[in-house]
Amino acid sequence: MIDMAPNLTLVVAIAVLFAAGVYLVLERSLSRVLIGVILLGNGANLLFLVAGGRAGRPPIVGLEDERQMSDPLPQAMVLTAIVITLGMTAFLLAMAYRSWQLHRHDEVQDDVEDRRIARLAAIDERAFTDADTEATLQSLDEEAEEARDEVDDGLVREARPDDEQRDKEVAP
Amino acid sequence: MLLLLLVHLAAALVAPTLVRLWGRKAFWVLAAAPASAAVWALSWTSQVQRGDGPVQSVEWIPALGLELTFRLDTLAWLMTLVVGGVGALVLVYCAAYFSVSAQGLGRFGGVFVAFAGAMLGLVTSDDMILMFIFWELTTVTSYLLIGHYSDRKASRRAAMQAIVITTAGGLAMLVGVVLLGEAAGTYRLSEVVAHPPGGAAATAAIACLLAGAATKSALLPFHFWLPAAMAAPTPVSAYLHAAAMVKAGVYLVARFAPAFSQHELWRWIIVVLGCGTLLLGGYRALRQHDLKLVLAFGTVSQLGLITLLVGLGTRATALAGLAMLGAHAMFKATLFLVVGVIDAATGTRDLRRLSGVGRELKLTALAGALGTASMIGLPPFAGYVAKEAGLEAIEHLEDNAVGLIVLVSVAIGSVLTVAYGLRLWWGAFATKKAVVPESAIAHEAVATQADGARSPGSTSRVATQPDAEPAAISHPSLLLVWPAMILGVLGLAVALLPQLGEHLLDPYADTLGLGEPGHLALWAGFTPTFALTLVILGAGAALFAVRERIETLQARLTYRGPDADRIYRRFMRRLDDVAADVTAATQRGSLPLYVGLVLVVFVVGVGASLLVGGAWPDDVRVFDHPAQLVFAGATIASAVLVARARRRLKAVILLGIGGYAVAGLFLLQGAPDLALTQVLTETVTLVVFVLVLRRIPPYFSDRPLVASRWLRLAIGLAVGLTVAGIALVAPSARIHAPVTEHFAEEAVGWGGGKNIVNVTLVDIRAWDTMGEISVLLVAATGVASLVFLSRRTGQIFRARDAAPERAVWAGADPMAALRRGTDQARIDAPTTNREWLRAGSTLAPQRRSVIFEVVVRLLFHTMVVYSVFLLFSGHNQPGGGFAAGLVTGIALTVRYLAGGRYELGEAAPVQPGVLLGTGLFLSAGVGLGGLLVGGSVLRSWIVDLHLPLLGDVHLVTSLFFDIGVYLVVVGLVLDILRSLGAELDRRAEIGEDPPFDGTLPSLEEGASR
Repeated sequence: MIDMAPNLTLVVAIAVLFAAGVYLVLERSLSRVLIGVILLGNGANLLFLVAGGRAGRPPIVGLEDERQMSDPLPQAMVLTAIVITLGMTAFLLAMAYRSWQLHRHDEVQDDVEDRRIARLAAIDERAFTDADTEATLQSLDEEAEEARDEVDDGLVREARPDDEQRDKEVAP
Repeated sequence: MLLLLLVHLAAALVAPTLVRLWGRKAFWVLAAAPASAAVWALSWTSQVQRGDGPVQSVEWIPALGLELTFRLDTLAWLMTLVVGGVGALVLVYCAAYFSVSAQGLGRFGGVFVAFAGAMLGLVTSDDMILMFIFWELTTVTSYLLIGHYSDRKASRRAAMQAIVITTAGGLAMLVGVVLLGEAAGTYRLSEVVAHPPGGAAATAAIACLLAGAATKSALLPFHFWLPAAMAAPTPVSAYLHAAAMVKAGVYLVARFAPAFSQHELWRWIIVVLGCGTLLLGGYRALRQHDLKLVLAFGTVSQLGLITLLVGLGTRATALAGLAMLGAHAMFKATLFLVVGVIDAATGTRDLRRLSGVGRELKLTALAGALGTASMIGLPPFAGYVAKEAGLEAIEHLEDNAVGLIVLVSVAIGSVLTVAYGLRLWWGAFATKKAVVPESAIAHEAVATQADGARSPGSTSRVATQPDAEPAAISHPSLLLVWPAMILGVLGLAVALLPQLGEHLLDPYADTLGLGEPGHLALWAGFTPTFALTLVILGAGAALFAVRERIETLQARLTYRGPDADRIYRRFMRRLDDVAADVTAATQRGSLPLYVGLVLVVFVVGVGASLLVGGAWPDDVRVFDHPAQLVFAGATIASAVLVARARRRLKAVILLGIGGYAVAGLFLLQGAPDLALTQVLTETVTLVVFVLVLRRIPPYFSDRPLVASRWLRLAIGLAVGLTVAGIALVAPSARIHAPVTEHFAEEAVGWGGGKNIVNVTLVDIRAWDTMGEISVLLVAATGVASLVFLSRRTGQIFRARDAAPERAVWAGADPMAALRRGTDQARIDAPTTNREWLRAGSTLAPQRRSVIFEVVVRLLFHTMVVYSVFLLFSGHNQPGGGFAAGLVTGIALTVRYLAGGRYELGEAAPVQPGVLLGTGLFLSAGVGLGGLLVGGSVLRSWIVDLHLPLLGDVHLVTSLFFDIGVYLVVVGLVLDILRSLGAELDRRAEIGEDPPFDGTLPSLEEGASR
């Protein structure tokens, strides 16, 4: 089993990177958020290596003794993460630029719709009206009066006593 | 039985087509589906009576123990007859009831048959989960049927109310079913009923099941959805709200009564709900003016009675309950159908407007009379036989106190039934001395709308006027009368053979095994029960005689307290409010708040488990290599300074320094690949930042709140400490040998490479890499889209297309003071013929630097060659596609920085999209290639060739994968340079997007005001 004793120097560096990263991520300015994310990324990458075990020799077969090598798997993962961070940096910067173009600042604003809902909830108002569940002013009788089917209502005629006979003639 | 269900399903599916083809005549064909169910049940009658009805079981989801199990016993047989028989008759009725031009008939027919099928499945299924599924299917289809006129508000409201209430009950029932199934160890209905579990689980299950039954069968306090559901077309009311769906709850009670009827909770719920519903429904029915509403409240009342009878749990009550169930299905469906005829003939169902209908429509009046007679329990009708048996059975209940309460309630309820039954027939068919004019009713409606404070269920009284014209009467098709007539006559016919009914229904009653067996009889002598019946009929008739006064009294007693309907509305309103409050509380729309919340949860969750269960390491090391202290120190210092920086450029440069220091830490940890890649990305990142920072203000905007800064610092420190805890605990938490133990042999043997990290990327974990380059492609596309907006690509700037003014990066020259001579002199100076870069002459003269151009000229090709070397050697030494791509990217960056956008176009005259696409295609293609030659996806093949000049060539197919990675990375960098570099330059030159001029727009606005 490889030596897994953690390295204090790295642990302190990780802690500081995370603290500074979080401090910046909680900002509203998109460029500061981005810088914070990059710091967090660096911290996470170091954390990966620490979790992989103690420092060793480069994992290249033939060049080094295999027992002295550092763990290659976290390295492969971190390598992926580094390049992804580059892609994300570019994307967020493009967003910051676009935000500047549109609003002349790069701050992440609060969602307007969420604020509207919060404002309405505070005064117990509806964000929208749903006529299908609201209480009605109509009584049951009046509603029943309106609820007429589309029926085949035959022909309206004068009332006559001997009509039962003629029902059959009228029936379609 | 499965076949019958499939017949229903098929009929439901073809119904819209049939109706489109044949119009309303298609209902004749659709009626065949429920009719077949009824005929099928009839054909099994004798076997069912003997107790060996058919059982069918088909495996459905064996992993969950779900089976399609169906069983036809006496209870199911009766319900199938009701569901199938009434369903078929109502469908035939529909063929003449709706006008030819009525809207949505196809959908109506389909949903109606689907409902019949769901109902059939519900009553025959022998698996509790299956039963629940059919139960919910009836809920959904009934929602669609009640809301048939979806353009009417009242219909939608009624449908919504019905589905909310019945699904709430359905959910409770599901809980009950699961509790019961788990406690009994089986979900087979017949087995659970035969061997019911006991204890707390059973008690809870009873409460849940009865909640389901109460909502479905419109018992107190959920009764109000049924009258509102009268907004449905009348055939739907006749079927769902008289015969079928509302009986589902009764069916559930009857199904579980043999198991639980002696349970204390069961008894009390049944007695209280049954009696309460019986009395309330009857009372409310007395003063309704709409015939359908009279019937609806009457149904509520009758459902209370039937639930009471089947729930009480003696043999005699069970027999009477089942008889009542059948009788009610017949007479109530008859009456609804009759009301439909009246509606069609007169255009109204308001009994105050009707007069002389009986004289005009004699057959209809006769059918109505048959139904009414059965309903009020007049001999010799089915209702009478059932009610007699019920009264007789209740008199013989063992528990005297409860028995007395039930007897009195049923007697009063029956009196009310007689009264509203007579009033119904009188109101519908009698020739009255005076009616209410139509205008008065319209006027009343307007008045109540203005008033507004009325209870939704209340009605007001309008005086009759002797000279008012009653509603005109027409003669609808006789076809409308026959279904009602058949059901009415059937109600008389079965009553004439009471012994047959007893014989057929007894097998169910015997399952209860408590008390004496009951009997169905037309004439049992002058018993106390018969005397009671006479009293009931007399009192009911008396009540009918004084109906005017009762209406007045009820109107005066208008109940202003909490009414179930209003409580429901208020509850729904409160629910919406609570939902809005919760949304408002959690969904603040603020990014820092969300992120902060996530982080606090992380700190609390992970931190707590670290403190409680973390295994702290026995042994720590301060450093592996002294140089780590230097690099870690640089990392820490730069991180702290970055967090404090107010100037963007300062922050970015510090960030870069920190990044390089991290690369040093990687190197010392034994990860040269990482260090190389980190240095390269850090460089590209720096350039990208600077490209964008040209356009936005040099300082971060100020945050006004100091308090929030301390809070952010606190969260940051907490997260930092928590992560440090993880870093300390995680390494020693390892309990297995790492998976990478054999990576070395595998890398050489299978991957054909010595650099394990690279082989891991392109072979062992190639799927990860594939995903990653896809992300890069998306990110690159995103960058391009955010800048170019309407198109994916911009033009490629070639030097020959450049304008002759040499204007790239023109504008103020910050270094002018340091130069000799004026800019003008430099611009006018003759240019030499020697050009180090192809597009050098497109630059504004003051932006050119000969030294930079020369260095770039010398360096560019070297860098590209080096990157190719990294790419090819990466399999065995540090390097690989990522590093190579980044080196090429930096080479392009340098060309751009030295010569502007035309130089970039000259250096890489391709669209980045082409590079990205080719790269991904190549990587994926190699992966698929492995599949084609017989291996698994992304498998590498090693080819050793001996070429004449080059010597031995060791070729691994994953090299092409790596080339794909290389192309994607180059594409990403090129995309960044072209959008954030070249395109922004172009815009600045044509004045479209001026660089930041030192003033914030908000300040400008303030000044101009």
